[in-house]
Amino acid sequence: MAGPDKRATEDEVVAELRSGMTIGIGGWGSRRKPMSLIRAILRSDLDDLTIVTYGGPDVGLLCRAGKVRKVVSGFVSLDSVPLEPNYQAARQEGTIEAAEWDEGMLLLGLQAAAWRLPFLPTRAGLGSDVVRCMPDLRTVTSPYATRAALPDGTEVEEHEELLAVPALQLDAALVHQHRADRSGNALWLGEDPFFDDLFVRAAERAYVSCEQVVPTEELSATADVTHLRISRMDVTGVVEAPLGAHFTECAPDYGRDEAFQKRYTATARSEEAWAEFRAEFIDVTEDEYRSNVARLREEER
Amino acid sequence: MSEVTRADICAVAIAEAFRGDGERLCNPIGNLPLIGGRLAAATFEPHLALTDGFYTLLDPTGPEDVPPVGLSEEERLRHRTVGHWNPYREMFGLLWRGRRHVMMGATQIDRYGNQNIAAIGDWHRPKRQLLGFRGAPGNTINHTTSYWVPNHSPRSFVESVDVVCGIGYDRAAELGPVAARFHEVRRVVSNLGVFDFGATDANGVPTMRLVSVHPGVEVDEVIEATGFDLVVADDVTETRAPTPEEMAHIERLDPKGLRHAEVPAP
Repeated sequence: MAGPDKRATEDEVVAELRSGMTIGIGGWGSRRKPMSLIRAILRSDLDDLTIVTYGGPDVGLLCRAGKVRKVVSGFVSLDSVPLEPNYQAARQEGTIEAAEWDEGMLLLGLQAAAWRLPFLPTRAGLGSDVVRCMPDLRTVTSPYATRAALPDGTEVEEHEELLAVPALQLDAALVHQHRADRSGNALWLGEDPFFDDLFVRAAERAYVSCEQVVPTEELSATADVTHLRISRMDVTGVVEAPLGAHFTECAPDYGRDEAFQKRYTATARSEEAWAEFRAEFIDVTEDEYRSNVARLREEER
Repeated sequence: MSEVTRADICAVAIAEAFRGDGERLCNPIGNLPLIGGRLAAATFEPHLALTDGFYTLLDPTGPEDVPPVGLSEEERLRHRTVGHWNPYREMFGLLWRGRRHVMMGATQIDRYGNQNIAAIGDWHRPKRQLLGFRGAPGNTINHTTSYWVPNHSPRSFVESVDVVCGIGYDRAAELGPVAARFHEVRRVVSNLGVFDFGATDANGVPTMRLVSVHPGVEVDEVIEATGFDLVVADDVTETRAPTPEEMAHIERLDPKGLRHAEVPAP
């Protein structure tokens, strides 16, 4: 049977979040970020958040607005602009705490939480300054002997010491998908699901924004069933948010708005630029946001 | 044929780093590394798998089907023969399996091949925040790694790096031979020369060694531009120039001349 109707607005979703929460954000860099939900957080009185993500402008905006206590990331980048300027400033000014993990470690931390395990072991990170700079990370000794051939041809047996990546348990996850039904079955298009399904399962409460809410029967008519990656059973709320990932990429529905991203990067330079950006693109309704973006495109033409 | 530039020499030196790799993922990062890696695939290493830079692995139908760099998104999608779907989670699967040779950049690199791309200064409160660790720790502990440094100077080739992202031979030695059994830093290519890890320190740990200088570069110039005591191979040579066939491939792989922006003529 179909699930309940979980549709909500961005502000209704944000009203269910609390200061101090650990929030996972889907997407990757400046790709398919749930930006309309991020904007709603920026307008709210939430603060002291711990953000877990493959970071992009979501992290930069939240840092710029003083919403963040700690960022746990595989990286923070705008892709076409390699260094996220607001995150960079927050790091250099010491206004946030950071855990910068190897990219693969983040996947394992999310997977561990999604599978309700305390950790998952890996070799990634061993020997690097990830473990020296972030001393809360622990290793674990394999209970099984590894039989390994060494480069000189000798064979040895050893109980390997591996990095135990701790589960990244999230209070809430925010992800953006291309389509969803009203109860939260969601569909990604494009060529990479990123890690949105893992964020959803790693979280106590998961909120899916999408370009369009469609009847359930339209989901498998839109793309191959392998693209139906998120199940309603794991979803708390659904937000219909056309252009909801703007200005990040949401291929094939739309590409990254590079001109807008450039405008965003300027907010790191001065309080005036930030205030101006806030007034026009954050402290507005989603309808106003879309019309302001459309007007900008007209002007740039 | 146009005159051979320093950037062309670098492209060939990068291609040579992938020689002998056979059937695995050639994963250079950055324009000149991509040109070099694709040059290897188009010539002497035809079984390499290539990345499209995003979510698929390419299996070109022949040398002419190896795509150029710097394509627009539409051209990129049109110009690819896909052999495998490779979203990021699959890339982690591939690299943890080890069938990959990555060539990364390095803001700093030391004699053991430790690489820093994360931050300048103390990581906890960096003077300059850079890329973070990205995939460097996991790459270096799991498969072969090489580095490309387009701006060889005492600030990039340093006594010790501020943050160890990609692990070098001393860190690998500390982990022991079993934990580090998949670790290999094969080669470093800079705008001045080519380096391997054929030297050793007092404890027998591999260290960097100059094996060839690019045409027009003196050995002393490289020593001068290196922030640690550089070992020079007894039989240091001149980095080879591209063959006419390779030169034609380089021109085709980089029609916009992006390589010259990365390594200007000296």
